Amino acid sequence: MGSSRSSLRRVPDGQQLLQETGFSAAVLLRLHQRFQFLDKDSRGHLRSEDLEAELSENPMGDRIVGAFFQPGQETVDFPSFVRVLAHFRPTEKNRTRGGEQPEPANSRNRKLKFAFQLYDRDRDGKISRTELLQQVLREMLGLQVTEEQLQSIAERAIQEADLDRDHAICFDEFRKSLEKVNIDHKMSVRFLE
Amino acid sequence: MRTNSGVICMIFVLFLCCTTGKCKLQETKPTNSVSLETVKPHPNDIGEPQPYPEEEKGKLPVFTMDYSRIQIPFEFTLWVLLASFSKIGFHIYQKITIWIPESCLLIGIGLIVGGIMYSVKEEPPAVLSSDVFFLYMLPPIVLENGYFMPTRPFFENVGTVLWYAVVGTLWNSIGIGLSLFAICQFEVFDLQDINLQENLLFASIISTVDPVAALKVFDDVGVNEQIYIVIFGEGLFSDAVTVVLYNMFAFLADMPVIDSVDVFLGLARFFVVGIGGVLFGLLFGFMAAFTSRFTSRVREIEPLFVFMFSYLAYLVAELFAISSIMALITCAITMKYYVEENVSQRSCTTIRHVVKMLATISETLIFFFLGVVTITTVHEWNWAFILFTLLFAFLWRGFGILVLTQIINPFRTIQFNLKDQFGLAYGGLRGAICFALVFTLGNTINRRNLFVTASIAIIIFTVFIQGISIRPIVEYIKIRRTNKDLNTINVEIHTRTMEHLLCGIEDLCGQWGHYYWKDKFKKFNDRFLRRILLRDRKAESSIVSMYKKLELQNAIELLDTTMGDISAAPSLVSLQDEKKEASRPKKTFKATDIRKMHDILSKNMYRIRQRTTAFTSKYGLPDDSQTREILIRRHASIQRSLRAESFREQPAQNISKSLRYYSLQPGGNLDSGLPLRRRSHGEQDLLLNSFDWLWYISMQILPLADYLFVFTGSNIRGRRAPVPAARRRSPNRVDEDEDEIVSEGQGEERHLPPRGWAPENRDLGTNEAGNSLLRPSSLRSQRSWRI
Repeated sequence: MGSSRSSLRRVPDGQQLLQETGFSAAVLLRLHQRFQFLDKDSRGHLRSEDLEAELSENPMGDRIVGAFFQPGQETVDFPSFVRVLAHFRPTEKNRTRGGEQPEPANSRNRKLKFAFQLYDRDRDGKISRTELLQQVLREMLGLQVTEEQLQSIAERAIQEADLDRDHAICFDEFRKSLEKVNIDHKMSVRFLE
Repeated sequence: MRTNSGVICMIFVLFLCCTTGKCKLQETKPTNSVSLETVKPHPNDIGEPQPYPEEEKGKLPVFTMDYSRIQIPFEFTLWVLLASFSKIGFHIYQKITIWIPESCLLIGIGLIVGGIMYSVKEEPPAVLSSDVFFLYMLPPIVLENGYFMPTRPFFENVGTVLWYAVVGTLWNSIGIGLSLFAICQFEVFDLQDINLQENLLFASIISTVDPVAALKVFDDVGVNEQIYIVIFGEGLFSDAVTVVLYNMFAFLADMPVIDSVDVFLGLARFFVVGIGGVLFGLLFGFMAAFTSRFTSRVREIEPLFVFMFSYLAYLVAELFAISSIMALITCAITMKYYVEENVSQRSCTTIRHVVKMLATISETLIFFFLGVVTITTVHEWNWAFILFTLLFAFLWRGFGILVLTQIINPFRTIQFNLKDQFGLAYGGLRGAICFALVFTLGNTINRRNLFVTASIAIIIFTVFIQGISIRPIVEYIKIRRTNKDLNTINVEIHTRTMEHLLCGIEDLCGQWGHYYWKDKFKKFNDRFLRRILLRDRKAESSIVSMYKKLELQNAIELLDTTMGDISAAPSLVSLQDEKKEASRPKKTFKATDIRKMHDILSKNMYRIRQRTTAFTSKYGLPDDSQTREILIRRHASIQRSLRAESFREQPAQNISKSLRYYSLQPGGNLDSGLPLRRRSHGEQDLLLNSFDWLWYISMQILPLADYLFVFTGSNIRGRRAPVPAARRRSPNRVDEDEDEIVSEGQGEERHLPPRGWAPENRDLGTNEAGNSLLRPSSLRSQRSWRI
């Protein structure tokens, strides 16, 4: 697409974003178009209502929206939007990177960290029982289970993963419990290649 | 010793069958009215001079034999028995079956029997006529494959599977056909009378794969799910594709001239056949699911619906000459999900057993007859043709897998590396369908015998050489193994979270990706399909199922670890007394533990079965020996402890009354249950009740042992870090389930959905350290145990 270079100029910080996130120019353009579509009043940034409108049916909708916003901010501009989405790019196989380069956004570690932060809303570095229980499980399981059963499930989950016996799951324990899962497969969107 | 006697038995039976076969085949030639052994005089001959003047007219024959009447069923039964005996024979010596696939052994025995029959100049029964094979022997095999298909990996990889099956088979057929045609042009090979259509026909026959042996090896070794499902699916769908191609080419082979229009029509027909098959399958699948919704009062014939509807799907598809295999597979997949939620456990088990049994019979017979027919049929051997066929089959398959993988890899998140591709290519064995199809070739094909010989040669070559060598090779090149260790609640929860997350991200990007469609289907399923097709419509998340599964495992392990310690066990005092409870070592069996386990087990009994792991092995029925053993030991120790005990003081009377409820026999009601247990002392009464409760549990568990295998089998056998008893700390506040436990005992069907899983607002409060059961408030809930 020869025109992509020229239209890339319309994208704020286009070149820098390309470097940072590793997206191809075509994908970046598409994301920009999508951003502009979501930004209905053409303000140049998104508010949470814009995003929530798309995710109304998703049980984790508000958490996902929350992940886009830095703490304290109420708007998301295009670079932040893209940076968050960069986590979902499929990992490339034969990457070599120099030691001083920052870890790319779509590495396994960063993906796991993103997922962890979905749970850990208060950002204290641990998933406590109430966080896991009331919020995530209740959202996902809805009316299928009673309160007691929910607590049992949450209790069991914490017991399984909690190695240092603090009744909460820290990031390392989280990572360890998922070590056999193919995170790249489970947390990548093909479209973002 | 056992081996020897087994072998001798087998040989004896073999000879018995063959001699009987010999006798019966001699008798088939004359017509019904004459029978060599009949003693009765013929009615027509009354009044004429008798050939055997010593016979007296009019006497009642004491002993007659009329073979011709029972001939066909009798022969069928004998052949099936013979094949099954040989199967028993293989498994007597375990090590054989690890290294040599069963299909090889069956063909081997078939060869031997064929040799015997040939030497006594007998003809094998005409089992391989087109109708018998396609109408009777093929459907059970296809049904089994469809029924036990692991659906989640399948649907995640459906594009890949279809790609390999359809395009791969086409590639192979056309490639081999064209190459062979090229070879036929050389005069030196004396093959010039085989024209292009016939070559293509033959090529389509031998390009279908039947990876039964390869799948067994993959399953045993535990290769990664992706390869497994691709080979599985490819085997399944390439049958369908081949049958279509075969019919097409057969039709074309009869035509003297082919226009390009015909090729186009062929392509169109292809799509009609495929999609039509799927539609028919869906139709019959939904009909079966819907019917099973109403069968709660006629449990005995529930399995029948599964079989009848799937067979009907197959036959109706055959009627319209569309792909019956696709119809059957689609029907099985559709039906399974809904039917298994509607029918009772016994029916579910019966269905599975019968499906496996029929499929095993069919497969066994087919391979067996392959061996027999190899010897007894008329062969035409042509070195060039056969060797080149072999060569091209390998070449084109390998090349095809390479090219196809290159094209499809970019579309996959888990890509196939070279080792995977090698596994895929090498696992392409030929088998039953190939054999049957070549036999149904009409006699208009002038080199029919050559084709038959070539097919048999290829089948035997691939089954023996590739089948035997695939195991060492797979282990040697270390293909990626599967991760069967994903049985934790955490993994389940986080996987679900990620799925929702990805779905949301896809929505945000405005992209309709894989997760989007999955989610859409799930919503459609929940909103419409489940409502119509299921009797009880509660949706259940996989997190909940996984949790129940794990709790059930814990309960069984708990049963196992506290063996022999029952004498210290039921201290019902502990119901009232927290302190004593806390000080007791965890190993003893407390009434609260008992109650908890009871709750867990009863809750979990009904829902576990449909959530089997993705790798439900289709190569053997569930091994419930371990669970049964645990339960039998349990029962024995209960009986022993019954004799020798000292009892504790009994606390308040209301507790004893409610505990009595536990001792209901399944199917008994409360009144009948109690008298069984009445003894002289109230105390003894109570103690026995706890034991009886254990007995009750074990009676409940035993019938479930079949599907308990699927998740307990691998774990219990492997004895991985058993769940520490400290986990019992977790409060399990499920008193409200007591209601439905009791009502179960009243003879209702065990499939009743545990009402405890419905949303309820009672909250007995959280309590980290102890049990709510110990708190005084629990006494109130005990009264709710009344019926």
